[in-house]
Amino acid sequence: MILKEKIKELRARFDAELAKAGTPDALEALRVAFLGKKGPVTDLMAELRNVEPSEKAEAGQLINTLKNELSDAIAKTGEALRAAALAAEIRRQKKYNPTLPARDAVGSYHPITLVQRELEEIFSSMGFTIEDYPEIVDDYHCFEALNIPKHHPARDMQDTYYIENGQLLKTHTSAAQNYIMKKYGAPLRAIFPGRCFRNEAIDACHENTFFQMEGIMIDENISISNLIYFMKTMLSEVFRRDIKVRLRPGFFPFVEPGFELDINCLICGGKGCPSCKNSGWLELCPCGMIHPNVLKAGGIDTDRYTGFAFGLGLTRLAMMKFGVKDIRDFNGGSLAALSQFVSE
Amino acid sequence: MLLSMNWIGDFVDLSGLDRRALIGRFTLSTAEVEEVIEKGADTCGVIVAKILSVDAHPNSGKLHLLKIDTGKEVVDCVCGAPNVRPGMKVAFAAVGASVSGNKIGKAEIAGYPSFGMCCSEAELGISADHSGLMEIEDDIPLGTDLKSVYEIDDLLFEVDNKSLTNRPDLWGHYGIAREFATLANRPLRPVPAHPTAQYDKLPALKIDVKEPDLCFRYSGITVEGIKTKKSPVNMRIRLFYCGSRAINLLADLTNYVMMELGQPMHAFDRRRVGQVEVNRFPAPFVFQTLDGAERNVDENMLMICSKGEPVAIAGVMGGLASEIEDDTDTLFLESANFNGISVRKTSSRLGLRTDASARYEKMLDPELTVPAIERFLDLLFQAAPDAKVTSRLTDVYVHKFEKITLEIDKAFVDRYTGIDISCDQIAATLTSLGFGVKRNGTAFTVDVPSWRATKDVTIKADLIEEITRIYGYDNFKITTTLSPLHPVRAEVPATDAKRIKDLLVERFSLHEVHSYIWSDSAKDKLLGIETPVNVRLINAQTPEHSSFRISMIPTLLSFAYENKGFAEAFGLYEIGHTVDGLLPDGTCNERKKLGVVLFDRTVNEETLYYRAHEMLIAIFRTLKHRSPDFVSAEPRFNWQHPVNLSEITLDGKTVGFLTTLHPSVRGKVDKKAAILAFELDMEIFSAISEKPLAYKEPSRYPGIDIDLSFSASVGALDFAAVETAARKVAGEYLKTVSLTDLYDGENGESVTLRFCFSSSEKTLARTEIQPAVDAIVAALSADFGMTLKTV
Repeated sequence: MILKEKIKELRARFDAELAKAGTPDALEALRVAFLGKKGPVTDLMAELRNVEPSEKAEAGQLINTLKNELSDAIAKTGEALRAAALAAEIRRQKKYNPTLPARDAVGSYHPITLVQRELEEIFSSMGFTIEDYPEIVDDYHCFEALNIPKHHPARDMQDTYYIENGQLLKTHTSAAQNYIMKKYGAPLRAIFPGRCFRNEAIDACHENTFFQMEGIMIDENISISNLIYFMKTMLSEVFRRDIKVRLRPGFFPFVEPGFELDINCLICGGKGCPSCKNSGWLELCPCGMIHPNVLKAGGIDTDRYTGFAFGLGLTRLAMMKFGVKDIRDFNGGSLAALSQFVSE
Repeated sequence: MLLSMNWIGDFVDLSGLDRRALIGRFTLSTAEVEEVIEKGADTCGVIVAKILSVDAHPNSGKLHLLKIDTGKEVVDCVCGAPNVRPGMKVAFAAVGASVSGNKIGKAEIAGYPSFGMCCSEAELGISADHSGLMEIEDDIPLGTDLKSVYEIDDLLFEVDNKSLTNRPDLWGHYGIAREFATLANRPLRPVPAHPTAQYDKLPALKIDVKEPDLCFRYSGITVEGIKTKKSPVNMRIRLFYCGSRAINLLADLTNYVMMELGQPMHAFDRRRVGQVEVNRFPAPFVFQTLDGAERNVDENMLMICSKGEPVAIAGVMGGLASEIEDDTDTLFLESANFNGISVRKTSSRLGLRTDASARYEKMLDPELTVPAIERFLDLLFQAAPDAKVTSRLTDVYVHKFEKITLEIDKAFVDRYTGIDISCDQIAATLTSLGFGVKRNGTAFTVDVPSWRATKDVTIKADLIEEITRIYGYDNFKITTTLSPLHPVRAEVPATDAKRIKDLLVERFSLHEVHSYIWSDSAKDKLLGIETPVNVRLINAQTPEHSSFRISMIPTLLSFAYENKGFAEAFGLYEIGHTVDGLLPDGTCNERKKLGVVLFDRTVNEETLYYRAHEMLIAIFRTLKHRSPDFVSAEPRFNWQHPVNLSEITLDGKTVGFLTTLHPSVRGKVDKKAAILAFELDMEIFSAISEKPLAYKEPSRYPGIDIDLSFSASVGALDFAAVETAARKVAGEYLKTVSLTDLYDGENGESVTLRFCFSSSEKTLARTEIQPAVDAIVAALSADFGMTLKTV
């Protein structure tokens, strides 16, 4: 059995070479040297034709086994080399530091935007359309169309900024009522957020530039009962808890009856505290049934339709919701304050 | 306005009811009560006593040693009041009593024991008078508890005048009492009156109303022989509690009747005023009012005159020359009704608001003038029984308000309220409030009482308020509406603004700020910004804020300047309104704009420029699916950079601009920072239609990328133009053109462009696209002087 001897000798030589092959390139050279077309295994196969026919089968098997064993050994070593290379790469890898501060990671929305969006979502979900309106308006839309004729004392309540061309800065979002009624007619449900202006000195509680959101709903048989329902539902959504509301008579020329809407004090829960002047209630928004004169000015048939309107102080709501104590923080542009309002 | 429950109690019996709870109901049904004040509770045990003797204090020039007879015993008292005299009856707080919260004990004053204290009215809290001891009328027995004689105990509440603007009837206790009577369901008593018909035979007064549009009614009467000078104690207490000050009997009576009925009155000294003309003066003049001030009266102001001499500013204040003096014993009493608008204008022009003008402004009921005189006389004869009326009640009634009658039915009430308020309750409520109600089944004919008919209640909806406020809004059952729902789609401008905010905040980490619609010329000046001439406000708080802003950027630059300490790099934006002059129709050209300012000390200006550029492309591509063009422009404002300023355009319309800052301004904002600004006109932006998405099947065959490098002169690359030119000649297989490298060398720019070719039908061979590549090279050479670099 010279063949067996040759195989044994070849195997020993291979094992010795394999132990020395420490790189993928060396391993590849080894593979070519032993298993390639000009390698010793191929030579052995060629010698097979000199073998006695009776021994041919066994000899062939022996060579095949050797061939497979060598291939497996190479593959196994190759695997180990690759694993060692990856392990080395990982060892070389720099460890990063997730505790380092991120630069400029997030921007911020103005708190008014956050409150406004929340209200818009609530009212959109109840089928209200959202309307935009200019900030510069005329006397008719701001006053006359709202049942506030010239010399009406209600004009004193709202210190108006007048412009040299006779226009004025809108003192309330109600200034859009007439336009929206004419645009859509009845039935109608709309909210219109916007910036309003009152000519007064600025301090921690007063701003000459602030946001309101007006809402109107006009349809057949809209009632005071509906108004209370909508206000309670909306405010409970805004504050994400069940809000108690109460209505008191309030005088606004564009509604009749007109109300002041109070909510139970969010700080003391209604027991009475300095924030609510111990009354347990906070005055939140004026509202009422739209005055027939206002409906008529908007081209709405008052025999058929009634409606309610309310005016929410968005700035005030944002102060309450976020605990902002100084109203000047809203228009002051200080990022130390404003950058905190990442999102809601 | 302060209101006294004792006073209200004159007109409605509230005994057995919780007065504080009723005041709470008043808040919910009538007007908000701001404060409830308990009076007299901290004073007790003060009795009527008599000074028996007065001795000088050996150790003090001011103090006296008194013997006081309390009715039960005689005690020693050391007293510092100047008006002590033997036989005088005083308010005495013996040991154990309390005076305005101070407990009285035995004391030693300058070495002498004192067993109590004699009180002044101020110490008792019933007036501001602390000049001396309160002197008690002689007929009150010794030992009587002072509170059983005088109304020291009272419950007051305060209502903000603003919440009564629409209710002229609530400017006196009687009107308030009517509300309480309704809320408590108790009857309202009539106002006591001294009938004046008995004087009809006396001569009439000469009253001439020359301005019937400004003076609706003038009633007057004269009285003589008024000996009493001081008002009764209880009247003075009520006036004091309600915020007035006692002056003399006649002035106090006018104030008292005004605070009771809401009708202002004026008492002239009959010696100065015997007849009146109600008129305006043709030319301005100076008039001295009874507060001593000189007022500039002009030709618009209604005056009360006597024989041509002005004696009062109608409805506002009387004149000093005709006021009641110490020796006045004859009276010309005015009870008039003036046009509220005229009084309001006069009062605001003079800067003089009085209790009278505040009431007249509300359009008082002219029917009140005569009952007010009859109430005045009733009170006067109680205080001064010797007085004598010397004229008939002369009444010039030139303008009557129309009687208002309204028809409503239950269905109307149901529709407005959404709940079921019974017909009985509707009728009872209106009747109790003084409305005349005729009921016919479920229909009502309602007569509006004169005190609600001057402007307050004019339409059916006003009656709804009366019915519902008394019913109580807290008793309402609340229900949702039954209106059909329709889909509502937000309008483009609103969604554009929302999406831009989201992009800027969530993708580019910008901070949203709010500022003002006007320029701040002081802040502009600080940064070297010239505030442009623009439309102005008439009545700005300060001249620096009087001109509207044209651009959003100056305010944002101020904010960037003020936030320098916040971070090394940050971005700010605001979507706000601006005004760019006037439109041809004379109205303001109001523009809604997005302004963005980037501030960065960590990168150079060029890097920041391309970051801003990227934001703009992102905004346009995300919202409109298109990219804008950038066109060089001339600066409009001094802060814009003369070279690096581009107009942002699309379809030939200018949507905004992108600019670096002029070095003169940038250096003032920050010496080290790169600063970029851009602005978009939101209306123009929203008018750009969104390009519809058009899906193209991606090619299933590999494409060929050809990179070509060109030389060009510096600054010559107009990428959009190059792309257009290439597409024009390249044929159908050219899919995209992109910039892979741009290098500014000494001799010009080196530009590497990548042209991607592909076909949706086959794998392209290089030879198939070579003609297109050649055409592109030729076109770029011809159009832009770009020469292909050989590798």
